[in-house]
Amino acid sequence: MINEKTLDKLKILSDAAKYDVSCASSGTTRRPVKDGIGTAAGWGICHSFTPDGRCVSLFKILMTNHCIYDCAYCINRRSNDVKRTAFTPEELADLTIEFYRRNYIEGLFLSSGIIRNPDYTMEQMLRVVKLLRDVHRFNGYIHMKSIPGASQELVAQAGLYADRMSVNLEIPSEGNLKLLAPEKDYGSVFAPMRYIQQGMLESAEDRKKFRSAPRFVPAGQSTQVIIGATPDNDKQILTLASHLYKRPSFKRVYYSGYIPINKSDSRLPVLAHPPLVRENRLYQADWLLRFYQFSVNEIVDDTHPDLDLDIDPKMGWALRHPEAFPIDINTAPYERILRIPGIGVKSAKLIVASRRYGRLNFSQLKKIGVVMKRAQYFIACRDLPMQTVNELKPEYVRRKVARQRGKKESDLLQLSFDWGE
Amino acid sequence: MLIILIIFTYDKTFDGLLSCVFFAYEQKIFPDSILAEDGQKPLFVDASYHVVTEKEKAVRVWKSLEKKLSRFARNMMLSVWLSELPETEMLLFRYIRKNTDHRKGIEMNFGDDDVLRIKDIALKVGTDARKLIQFVRFQETADGIYFAPVTPSYNVLSLIVPHFKARYADQPWIIYDTRRNTGLYYDRRSVTEISFSPQTLSELRLGILDKEKVSEEEALFQQLWKEYFRSITIKERLNPKVQRAHMPRRYWKYLTELQ
Repeated sequence: MINEKTLDKLKILSDAAKYDVSCASSGTTRRPVKDGIGTAAGWGICHSFTPDGRCVSLFKILMTNHCIYDCAYCINRRSNDVKRTAFTPEELADLTIEFYRRNYIEGLFLSSGIIRNPDYTMEQMLRVVKLLRDVHRFNGYIHMKSIPGASQELVAQAGLYADRMSVNLEIPSEGNLKLLAPEKDYGSVFAPMRYIQQGMLESAEDRKKFRSAPRFVPAGQSTQVIIGATPDNDKQILTLASHLYKRPSFKRVYYSGYIPINKSDSRLPVLAHPPLVRENRLYQADWLLRFYQFSVNEIVDDTHPDLDLDIDPKMGWALRHPEAFPIDINTAPYERILRIPGIGVKSAKLIVASRRYGRLNFSQLKKIGVVMKRAQYFIACRDLPMQTVNELKPEYVRRKVARQRGKKESDLLQLSFDWGE
Repeated sequence: MLIILIIFTYDKTFDGLLSCVFFAYEQKIFPDSILAEDGQKPLFVDASYHVVTEKEKAVRVWKSLEKKLSRFARNMMLSVWLSELPETEMLLFRYIRKNTDHRKGIEMNFGDDDVLRIKDIALKVGTDARKLIQFVRFQETADGIYFAPVTPSYNVLSLIVPHFKARYADQPWIIYDTRRNTGLYYDRRSVTEISFSPQTLSELRLGILDKEKVSEEEALFQQLWKEYFRSITIKERLNPKVQRAHMPRRYWKYLTELQ
């Protein structure tokens, strides 16, 4: 089944799959099944890191790179002159199992170009996951793309096999999507998102009645938007993301800095480098939304519709609101401590737990993991004679903490490929 | 000021360490240093006590800790023990003592240096075990065993048994620590500890097994995996610094994709 030809297919179909940034394998636990292979640990396990610094957790691959659509931003678009090929479902299932047995991967991330029509494509993909689960008794993680335009029945079937499903928005506003992908519209993207959510909610209801009722995409759904291919600003992007996060099934929004793949297309901008700093700032803002109890209009608003590239969005908020500081480390509630630049979720929790035993001082904060370089301007602490942002003025603090221009973008550690969720 | 140096010697087992705690409280003698009985002793010792390991006493100390410390904190202590760092004994001793003497226990007081240090070491040991789970690479041998050489920083093999046993329940595997010369062998029923002869070991240390030792298809799958690793990389975003931050060089030796 697997031979030298597989190697060529693998080359083409993984190369064509790499622009999907999601690789998370977290959010679900699968206990071993009898005579089966595989588990899911609950925490995402990265098995390798490629030279671009991205995590390899799932075997990310396309069923085929044939496609009937002609989206301007996509490498697989109909009008591109690239070598086309396709895996057979058996081949892909075997390959997944063999990679899994060697501890190369956590499972499969299956996507596809659209061949014939959306339903036909979904059926082909379904054959792979059914082979894996039913024949190989594979119990590892499966992330499956839902093809825009696929029927609700097929999504309902797929959801019983996959741990996570996703539909990519790709372009953060409908007008621009229409421009770049004339054959698509938001309706065809939001419909499968709704089907996935509906399936999840129904399954949750069923499982309240019967413990053995099947699980439906237990790790929820995610999506991806491309950054920098269209003039959409950060306010639009983050507002969109926060609306999605309000839906109970939504776990992640991924931001993918635009890489000019189809250079000659006049609808797309010419960029020297992908906008990696902006992408990183968006992930930081996304973290603020999900873990730091920030709302979108605290991060971006009409006067500041784009994120500041030189300072992180939490610092940005703090400098716009010096009146909120200094915050007393030893008395302020957890939510207020989370607002201090340089203090993350972990150190905020350690602070709140430890101060019950006695007041905390400067050196203890440092040891706990507070980044004093940023935090010092915003905290009041017993033995801290430091001047705060109010005496020093926000402009001064901004100069002190800003990213040095010219410093390589790669020096920003990318949150996007972080462990958990 | 008069400094009196008191040392305890013990058999280098966890029960032994707990017995030292029992002995200290019973005799009201608290050591400045706890050392292995067969190890080197410092030059100036005022009093040296040899503590005999007694399971019963160890259990009593552990039981009393169960009352004050969460399961999480107790697991951290066990992780610190597995670190085998020279500071282990005294750090654990002080930690136990502080918790015993405090009315409610102090496990959440991260302002305390010992509590923080326990957390930090436990974190390091946990990370080391996690890296193993990430970066183990099995090669299928000619006799159908999936074999992986590893070199963890700490003695963490015991921590990863449940993970690999559950995940690869239907395939026999060996995970072998080539630095400590000890390994785990799973035969589809249970896990046993094994060790190879020095000659075999020096061969294993090379990483990739010889052609005649692996299964027919092994080379092809290694090639497929390497190709995948190459083509999934986005050349416009090269960032080796981040790659190394997540996957330090010391793990590269046994990573199939980097050979």
